[in-house]
Amino acid sequence: RHLSPRLRPSEGLARPPPPPTDNCPNGPFRPGHGKSVERDVVPTCVYQHSGGAIPHSVEWEGRSLLKALVKKSALRGEQVHVLGCEVSEEEFREGFDSNINSRLVYHDLFRDPLSWSKPGKALPGGPLEALRALDKRTVSGPATIALDSLSWLLHHLPCPTLCQTLHALSRQDSCPGDTPPGEQVRVLGLLHEELHGPGPLGALSSLAQTEVTLSGMMGQASAQILCRRPRQRPTHQTQWFSILPDFSLELQAEPPLESQPRSDPHTPSVDPTTHLTFNLHLSKKEREAKDSLTLPFQFSSEKQQALLRPGLGQATSHIFYEPDAYDDLDQEDPDDDLDV
Amino acid sequence: MSVQGKLTLLCDAKTDGSFLVHHFLSFYLKANCKVCLVALIQSFSHYNIVGQKLGVSLTAARERGQLVVLEGLKSGVDVFFRPREEPHPLQFLREANAGDLQPLYAFVRDALQPVDSGEAAWRCPVLLVDDLSVLLSLGVGPVAVLDFVHYCRATVCQEWKGNVVCLVHDSGDTEDEESDVLLNGLSHQSHLILRAEGLATGFCKDVHGQLRILWRRPLQPTTHRDRSLTYQYKIQDKSVSFFAKGMSPAVL
Repeated sequence: RHLSPRLRPSEGLARPPPPPTDNCPNGPFRPGHGKSVERDVVPTCVYQHSGGAIPHSVEWEGRSLLKALVKKSALRGEQVHVLGCEVSEEEFREGFDSNINSRLVYHDLFRDPLSWSKPGKALPGGPLEALRALDKRTVSGPATIALDSLSWLLHHLPCPTLCQTLHALSRQDSCPGDTPPGEQVRVLGLLHEELHGPGPLGALSSLAQTEVTLSGMMGQASAQILCRRPRQRPTHQTQWFSILPDFSLELQAEPPLESQPRSDPHTPSVDPTTHLTFNLHLSKKEREAKDSLTLPFQFSSEKQQALLRPGLGQATSHIFYEPDAYDDLDQEDPDDDLDV
Repeated sequence: MSVQGKLTLLCDAKTDGSFLVHHFLSFYLKANCKVCLVALIQSFSHYNIVGQKLGVSLTAARERGQLVVLEGLKSGVDVFFRPREEPHPLQFLREANAGDLQPLYAFVRDALQPVDSGEAAWRCPVLLVDDLSVLLSLGVGPVAVLDFVHYCRATVCQEWKGNVVCLVHDSGDTEDEESDVLLNGLSHQSHLILRAEGLATGFCKDVHGQLRILWRRPLQPTTHRDRSLTYQYKIQDKSVSFFAKGMSPAVL
């Protein structure tokens, strides 16, 4: 690949913002059976006009929701297998109590996924084998497999291989007659939408029965849920939710009320007139003087009376002039020769 | 030091965010941490001069073993004049198709490895990279750079409870896919994002830019509102002054 010049001098002049791009891949998410893929954030149709956007996906992260769903599965008595690529086991288990942690098996692809460490701490076979091994581990009973994250797997495995492996993982769902409903495996995958092109995103969403796209408004997170059931129309639904500190999922019925922009009680409001070199305030006396001042062109009744009765009580103005030595006082009218 | 084991991402858009690198470099040196600086953009003397204005001497730090510097501009040339068998952190410059950054990671790991010398030498290890975007220009793929940062995070942050600070450039509206993948991928890996942006209205003498601070991966999922702050700043000779938006003394 040719090297393109990426170093540019920092440009001070602002350029007009580009028109919002409409690359909104709409993927369906289905909670419940089969595979569901969570996507961080809303498609990039909203352009933040602050001179550069932190993509929404970074602000509305999906790992909390993934952990909340993992917690739900664990509380139902299922075994949960987590293929952890992006965060350490310690960090993933944080916030879960021992009841949940005991049902959670963490397959660590975080510490040494590419076998770079000298005393190898890697899982044998690398990421692909680790993924395939999950299939064999779900021995008995319903289970949930959480992939944290699909983005990492997509970056390190060819897309067709990943899709085939994922399909094999959840293949029990395609033949519901073979396995009893209790034995079904639910696969959850976390995907960072803005890291991939439309091709891989489309491939993954075609595999998923449910797609949950996260976004939010005014501090409240929302999920766009698209369900694709076989031989049925896809259903679309928006769900407002919040995740509590212990990773319980709390669903909210209504979107947040339009609140007045109020000042944050934590930040004290700053008075901009405090540190100025000039005085912007008025004392009481100054304020009274200002209020009682009549403006020169304001036509009040007093002024009207004064104009109607000229000369009464009004002295004509005098000019007192003392000529000095250099003055030439000519009594002639200089405009006399004008023929006006 | 309350903040440990964190990846801080410095990002700049339409402005130069290197003042943040100099700040963190002097901050961690003053805090008595062992620092590894991967300096791919500027020479060592540049950092030294700025460091002296901020109150640290990089030459002294290097001599006493507190600071390890990889000077990309100087050692990049060495790659071509050394025998091929010897590994070099910037090995990828020599490869036909740039593979991965494992040699660079090995350099960082060896530089910051906690030494069991008995005495309590330094506080937590710190890795500073200035900057990651230039690696894309040198032919490394964005996934390879993300892997390098991943490993640094796993070793320096997770294992040794140190900190990693990286600078990356936002290409803005120029459609640079690789740069976007790198920036977005790094944003997801980071605990804290400091984003220096030029003002939307253009260059200003008294307000050099705007700094957005975004906390990610909080321990508890909190509301979005508490997690980001915006300040405007002006860079002076020996410091940077910050103020709330619209509150620059020059503007009032």
